[in-house]
Amino acid sequence: MSLLEVNNLVAGYGMVQVLNGISLSVEEGEVAVVLGANGAGKTTTLRALTGMIKTSGSVLFEGEEMVGKKTDQIVRHRIAHVPQGRGTVAQMDVDENLELGAYIRSDKAGIAADKQKMFELFPRLAERRKQAAGSLSGGEQQMLAIARALMMSPRLLLLDEPSLGLAPLIIRSVFDTLQQINTEFGTTMLVVEQNANLALGIAKSAFVLETGDIVAGGSAAQIAADDTIRKAYLGI
Amino acid sequence: MTKFFQLVIAGIEIGSIYALVALAIVIIYASTGLKNLAQGEMAMFSAFIAYQFHAWGLGIWLALILAILTTFVLGMGVQQVVLKPVQDSSLLTVVIVTLGLFLGLNSVAGFIWGYMMLAFPAIFPEGAVEIGSVGISYAAIGVFAVLLACAGALFALFQFTKIGLAMRAVAYNKETSMLVGVQVNRVIMVGFGLAASLGAVGGIFAAPKLFLDPFMMLTVLIYALASAAFGGLDSPLGAVIAGLFIGVIENLAGGYIGFIGSDLKIVVPLVIILGTLLFRPQGLLGRKYIPRV
Repeated sequence: MSLLEVNNLVAGYGMVQVLNGISLSVEEGEVAVVLGANGAGKTTTLRALTGMIKTSGSVLFEGEEMVGKKTDQIVRHRIAHVPQGRGTVAQMDVDENLELGAYIRSDKAGIAADKQKMFELFPRLAERRKQAAGSLSGGEQQMLAIARALMMSPRLLLLDEPSLGLAPLIIRSVFDTLQQINTEFGTTMLVVEQNANLALGIAKSAFVLETGDIVAGGSAAQIAADDTIRKAYLGI
Repeated sequence: MTKFFQLVIAGIEIGSIYALVALAIVIIYASTGLKNLAQGEMAMFSAFIAYQFHAWGLGIWLALILAILTTFVLGMGVQQVVLKPVQDSSLLTVVIVTLGLFLGLNSVAGFIWGYMMLAFPAIFPEGAVEIGSVGISYAAIGVFAVLLACAGALFALFQFTKIGLAMRAVAYNKETSMLVGVQVNRVIMVGFGLAASLGAVGGIFAAPKLFLDPFMMLTVLIYALASAAFGGLDSPLGAVIAGLFIGVIENLAGGYIGFIGSDLKIVVPLVIILGTLLFRPQGLLGRKYIPRV
């Protein structure tokens, strides 16, 4: 059984349907990516998974149905979601954001240890512990958002376009860090990205989303090697 | 000089009441973006509840603690039943609903307890501490101490507890709060209960001075709203400072400027506030909102 099994997921905003029944699965311990252009439904997919919009179909996480649950209930299964535009509390400092990330946990010693781990993983954040998240650079904010999500000690980490709005060098280091997190902590990830080359580089499996439908899926290597898919959907 | 200090002390006493109600307004505004115009009437209602408990034979301190706890529950109820359904509606809708709550509470209080002024029992002992020629009444010391205790407790709650962290997170960013597992609606509900209780403290401690009737909090509400705007609608510390400032200025102006007297003194702080807000729309300690482009 896969860690996450999505079947015929339909979602949208008000009267507008964005996802027309997509299916995908993520195996425990792997990095999976959903690729697609602007407006393909990448963000909507993640928002549907964490119950932030009206959804129908089936989302099985560890065999349990998530559709119909509220966001805070879904999150309590330790599904961490880093939304587009960072997902930190801009007015709170780095320390407080990390504390907030561990909101659903009550093991004080574990939280303190994980915080220390985050500072080792992201030394820049340690330097800026008492600085408001909103005053950090774009790259630092993205790192804080990832660290905040990791503080939950997630079973599944959802990342919405981690490369958005960052300089190429910073993007590179964000993806390196994601890979490092996956190998060191074994964190399962579902990343949605426009930057196909980078995302395929760290992923094991990949799905291509085109205006609300999954048009291709398979191992990341397969997708990367498929010329038709590359030309038609990924523009690379 | 005696007159000056006496006026300042009286100003701090009434200013503490403004500050308590302003704190309640600020807490709700910060967490929901809603200006609760019924905050004063809710406080008035709590004072009546304390009065009722006392009339049933409870000691005054027990009566007021029970009234504050009752108000906490009522505040949560009001949020769930009256305000939650309109939470995301237009500003006008929300204003009308809080105005409706204002009138409703006022009428219900009038229906139950009547419109005659009732004497509220003294909470603090009579008498005063004499410092030189200046007398500071125990009531003034007491009310000010209560304000400091409430503000201190609030600060500790926000800074050092998990629920406080969640309340601040919800105030700043509801989406991120949800994504870390905060039950946003429950936190807002608790925030309303807390604000109602703070208002209740203000109402109850104002009652011995202002006497008890359904309209007792009318001027207090205006000053509290002014304090909240003056101090910065999202700054609890600003609300406390502004509340005290308004109380003091109002009294000094009434005491020293001949033609103002006690009739026009209500206008003085409002003029100062208007002047300040013209140049600092976010209030003294409020954050300026700069939207990201």
